[in-house]
Amino acid sequence: MSAPQDVFDADTGNRSWWEKLRAFRQDKPHLFLLLIMVVIPLFLMPSSTWAVLTLSGLAMGAMLFLMASGMTLTFGLMNVLNLAHGSFISLGAFAGATVLTMWLNDYTSGSLWVNLVAVVPALLFALVVAGLLGVLFERLVIRPVYGDHLKQILVTVGGSIIVMELLQVIWGSNEIPVPRPEALRGALLISDAIPIIGGIALEKYRLLAVILGLGVYALMLWVIDRTRLGILIRAGVENREMVEVHGYRIRLLFLAVFVAGSALAGIGGAMWAMYREIITAHMGEELMISVIVVIILGGLGSVRGCFYGAVLVGLINLYVGYLEPRLAAVATVGLMVAVLMWRPQGLIPVIKV
Amino acid sequence: MLKTLLSGDYPRSRPLTVVLLLMFLCLALGPFLFPGTRAFSTLGMICVFVIVVASYDLMLGYTHIVSFAHTMFFGIGAYGVAMTMDAMGKGFTPIFIGLGASLLVSLLLALLLGLLSLRVKAIFFALVTLAVAFAFLSLVTQLYHITGGEDGLRVRVPRELGPAFKPFDGELRGFSITTFLTGLFTDPGNLGEVWRESVFKARITGRDLMYYITFFVTVGVFLFLLRLVNSPFGRVLQAIRENEFRAQALGYRTVFYRTAVVIISALLATLAGVLFALINRYVNPENTLNFELMVFILLMCVIGGMGTLYGSVVGAVLFLLAQNYLQDVLKWLGGGLEPGSLLAELVGPERWLLWFGLLFVLSVYFFPAGIVGQLRLWAGRSSSRKQGNGDDAMAAGEQESGNKGKDGPVVS
Repeated sequence: MSAPQDVFDADTGNRSWWEKLRAFRQDKPHLFLLLIMVVIPLFLMPSSTWAVLTLSGLAMGAMLFLMASGMTLTFGLMNVLNLAHGSFISLGAFAGATVLTMWLNDYTSGSLWVNLVAVVPALLFALVVAGLLGVLFERLVIRPVYGDHLKQILVTVGGSIIVMELLQVIWGSNEIPVPRPEALRGALLISDAIPIIGGIALEKYRLLAVILGLGVYALMLWVIDRTRLGILIRAGVENREMVEVHGYRIRLLFLAVFVAGSALAGIGGAMWAMYREIITAHMGEELMISVIVVIILGGLGSVRGCFYGAVLVGLINLYVGYLEPRLAAVATVGLMVAVLMWRPQGLIPVIKV
Repeated sequence: MLKTLLSGDYPRSRPLTVVLLLMFLCLALGPFLFPGTRAFSTLGMICVFVIVVASYDLMLGYTHIVSFAHTMFFGIGAYGVAMTMDAMGKGFTPIFIGLGASLLVSLLLALLLGLLSLRVKAIFFALVTLAVAFAFLSLVTQLYHITGGEDGLRVRVPRELGPAFKPFDGELRGFSITTFLTGLFTDPGNLGEVWRESVFKARITGRDLMYYITFFVTVGVFLFLLRLVNSPFGRVLQAIRENEFRAQALGYRTVFYRTAVVIISALLATLAGVLFALINRYVNPENTLNFELMVFILLMCVIGGMGTLYGSVVGAVLFLLAQNYLQDVLKWLGGGLEPGSLLAELVGPERWLLWFGLLFVLSVYFFPAGIVGQLRLWAGRSSSRKQGNGDDAMAAGEQESGNKGKDGPVVS
């Protein structure tokens, strides 16, 4: 969460471009990597394809960010590794899909407002249900195993089995199709509006995802950087005991963060459900891999790192998916391994691990 | 003799000894006690998974390294053999080439993962292995022209290991325990009849040969692991588990030991994968590489008892029996309930994993040492009550880590 310090600030005299580049790489590794990631594919594909893929990658990154931010905060604040996070994603997807299906059956009109009225309660419902499960989960599953990573891993894996099985009890074990609202289907055509790139088609839903993701990111940054709650969270990440000594009930704070993280996972799951238009109880498990890559890339516990990590994963997934579809997953994990080799603590580290 | 064989690491609990002996006898005489293909395949799976879980326990229980890539190594073994046999045809040479190649690949990958774990700390290792295993799974699924994709590969084993091969002309008598026991309860007055019904003709085929190869490899690997964890090397592992910093301060290069453990357990998992491919004769991503399988291994290891190799046997047997037969029990239980109701859904045969997950979470909370650890704890308590020796109870009570009080670490 703390911005990397500019070590080379003192001698901003006349350095060669190479030194500047190295300083840039050292100080802002996330931007450096992002730049590389965006520029290289430009040479490998037509520019209009590149523009579409970049926007789609951003959209995917935004959804991944929604899902991953909760897990990274939980780890940063309380040193709890919640491997059941994926089941919250699944739960959100199912909850959102249920509301959406009910609503859209009643109102089949294509007007944007009616559709938005369906999407908003679906997202809210996903948020509330996942948040409630978060309360339960923190109380029953995680509270007894604070401070013991091994047990946390075991217990949360067990908890995730239970939640996924219960999901299948409630919603059945088959795939469920999710209707995407009429107004969010299709694409916006921008013809010749942009120089060089030319006309491109932007899928409306992806635009919505980008807007929502950026909105949540801005909100989180605001809460963390500007509010009293944020100060406590940052202080808790730095030194938990110190916050406790000052008389704050950090358990309560953590519960709040855990619930918020679960709720965000729920929203992310619901968004993903509408994006994919088909859901299974095991979708959370599959998404967990991307989520894990994201939080490792960003540096465990860092919200900013999580955002950049999510964008990077989204971009590499789509670029590689376009060039060689079979290697998308391998490239994602390869990116993680490469970054770990370069910076074991992640792009924007906040805690000493 | 027995002491050398078990490396001085006895079950240390009377009920546990009885259970383990029973399991050993059932596995050793398996084909003669349980007729039917389903029982036969369950027996084979138990042998294979004892290796898998015991080698996983070496990492999880003895060194506290959480890895989610164990199925990857298992899959490398299984696919290694399946792919070489696919390319080179039947015969024993491809088996050994496949075994060698997959061991080599596993060695390199494990070394790579171990080196990664040098740079990142323990908790990262779990996440990194999870991601790497997933990448491997997706690679195997996507490269379908050599791996068969989702459909997987059939393994055409040599004739000597197949059902068509008859090593002996004569027939052997088998005695069906299950028939005998059901007869004992349903028709106790007519024991002679029940006895005669239970005897069946067991034909020895190549499949039984393969089963016994697997069985003896399993016994060998298990004894090797017992030896390993009770050697100075194993002591260092436990020291790392208890307090890595102190082990380092005593002059042990913990990084070397951790990497070595990851490699050893990967190689054993690969061996188990090879045996799996040969005995199951069909390999696909779902039965070798799936994340669910990884969770199963974790469950077996923890429920049986982490840090006790006997626990991996108990865990594997219990879990595989549950996986194969609990569905029947649940079906029978749910038979009385009206279909469609929530309760019927909860005890439905597909939901057996729900109950196992619950058992798993509860056992982590209340019996963190697993079944074997708990049995040893009770045995230690009762024996100390007899002697009235409080100190001894404490020493025995500290389940597996009771070893640490025995002698100080050897300072090199």
